[in-house]
Amino acid sequence: MMDTKTCLVLLFDSASEALLAEKLFKRAGISYKIIPVPRHLSSDCGVCIRVFASDKERARETLDGRVDIRDICPID
Amino acid sequence: MEKIIYMDNAATSWPKPEETIKAMAEYFHSIGASPGRSGHRLSLDAGRVVLDARESVSELFGIKSLLRVVFTKNATESLNIAIAGLLKPGDHVITSGMEHNSVMRPLRVMEESGVELSIIPCSLSGEMDPEDVGRHIKKNTRAIYLTHASNVTGTIMPIAETGKIAREKGVIFCVDAAQTAGVIPIDVEEMFIDILAFTGHKALFGPQGTGGLYMAEGLEKEICPIMTGGTGSRSESEEHPDFLPDKYEAGTANVIGIAGLNAGIRFVRSVGIESIRKKESELTAILVEGLRSIPEVTLYGCGDAKKQTSVVSFNISGMDCARVAMALDEEFNIMSRPGLQCAPAAHRTIGTFSAGAVRLSLGYFLEKDDIQAVLSAVEKLVQR
Ligand SMILES: Cc1ncc(COP(=O)(O)O)c(C=O)c1O
Repeated sequence: MMDTKTCLVLLFDSASEALLAEKLFKRAGISYKIIPVPRHLSSDCGVCIRVFASDKERARETLDGRVDIRDICPID
Repeated sequence: MEKIIYMDNAATSWPKPEETIKAMAEYFHSIGASPGRSGHRLSLDAGRVVLDARESVSELFGIKSLLRVVFTKNATESLNIAIAGLLKPGDHVITSGMEHNSVMRPLRVMEESGVELSIIPCSLSGEMDPEDVGRHIKKNTRAIYLTHASNVTGTIMPIAETGKIAREKGVIFCVDAAQTAGVIPIDVEEMFIDILAFTGHKALFGPQGTGGLYMAEGLEKEICPIMTGGTGSRSESEEHPDFLPDKYEAGTANVIGIAGLNAGIRFVRSVGIESIRKKESELTAILVEGLRSIPEVTLYGCGDAKKQTSVVSFNISGMDCARVAMALDEEFNIMSRPGLQCAPAAHRTIGTFSAGAVRLSLGYFLEKDDIQAVLSAVEKLVQR
C-alpha cells in the first residue's frame, strides 16, 4: 500500500524545464519541493522536483505536452 | 542639466522605464547568483527570473511553449544562429534590399561557402512586393530572411503575406524584428514566422546585451548552435545538449539584463503595444509633415506614418548629413544618427548610398514639444 508520505522525484533534462514544471505545479496547486538530483539517480549537477507519490498522475497530467519528464523515480 | 532630446531610439531606446532599472537593481541586490547551475535557493531564484522572462516573451509573440524562447546577447547573435546554423552549401536563400548588415553580412559570408543569395529589389520608399518573393522561390530555396521594418526608412514589410507564401512552398521564414518588437504586434503563428530574431534594448526597453530567438518546433534539429559549452544540464556528458533552450545558450546567462528585459516587456504590455504605436505614429506624422514642408529637405521612405515605424531619415540639400547631426547635437541637444546606419543595402535602395542620411528615430517617451524643437532646429540649419 502506498502511504501518503511516500515521495517520488521527477527528473528533467534541464533546470529550465524543472522550473517550468514548478510554475505549472504552483498554478495547479500540487505540493512539491525542488531538490538537487540525488547522486544515485544521476551524475547530473541539476535539480529535480519531489512530489508525493499520491500526486503522481496529477503531476503527470499537469506537465503533459508542456514539459517532458525524463524519468520518475522513487525516493526515501 | 540641459534637456536632451533623444532621437536615436532605433539604435537603443532611452530613457528606459523606471521598472527596468528597478528590476535590475533588485536582481543584483537580492539574488545575484547564476541560474541552472547550483540548486541552492539563490540559483533557483535566478532561474525563475529567466523563466519568467521567457514567459513574457512567449506571451508577447504568441509562442506556445516558453521553452522555445532562447536568450542571446542581441538580434545579431540570433540572426547569426538562424543563418550560419541553418544554411549549407547548395542552399538558395532570399532576402530583401532593405536589410540591416546583421542579416546581410552573415548571408554574404554564407555566399562565399556556396549558398546562393537572391536579394529582392524594393521600391525607392523601401516597399517590397511579397509576390516577388514567391517568384524567386526555387527547388533548393531553404529560407527567406526578412526585416519586419527597415531601420533606415521605417518601412513596414508585408510579413504575414510573405510568411504565407513561404509556408505554402515549404520554405523556412525568418523575421528580423529588431525594429518592431514592442511597437508592432507580432504573432508567430498568425504571421507564419518559423524563426524570430529580436533585440532587447530597443522598443522592448531592456538593457543592451539582451535579445532572443524563437524557432518553430523541430527546427532545433536543423539549426546548429554557433557556440557550445556549459549549460548546467547533462553535466555528465561532453556532448552539447540537443534540446531548447540549452542548445543555444552555452555559458552563463546575462541574468541582470534579462531581469531588465522582462521588466521592459511588462512595461510595454501594461501600456499596450497599440497605445505605444498610436503615440509614436502621431509624433511621426507631425515630424514627417513638418520636414516635408521645408523645401530644402529631402525626405526618404513612404512618408506615411501608418505604413512605417517612427524612423524618419532626411537630408538637407547641400549639407553633409554628419554635419547636420553634429549641429543638432552640439547646438540643439538633439541626438540623431547620420550615415548609413549599418544598412548599406537599404541606402542603395533609397538612393542615398554612400552619402547617407540623418536618421531621427522617435520613442514612446518623446512629446510633441520635442518634435517641434527638432523641426525648428532643422529650419534654422536650412537658413545657413
Ligand atoms: C533592422 C535591424 N536588424 C538588426 C539589428 C541588430 O540589433 P542588435 O545590434 O541589437 O544586434 C538592428 C539594430 O541595430 C536593426 O535595426
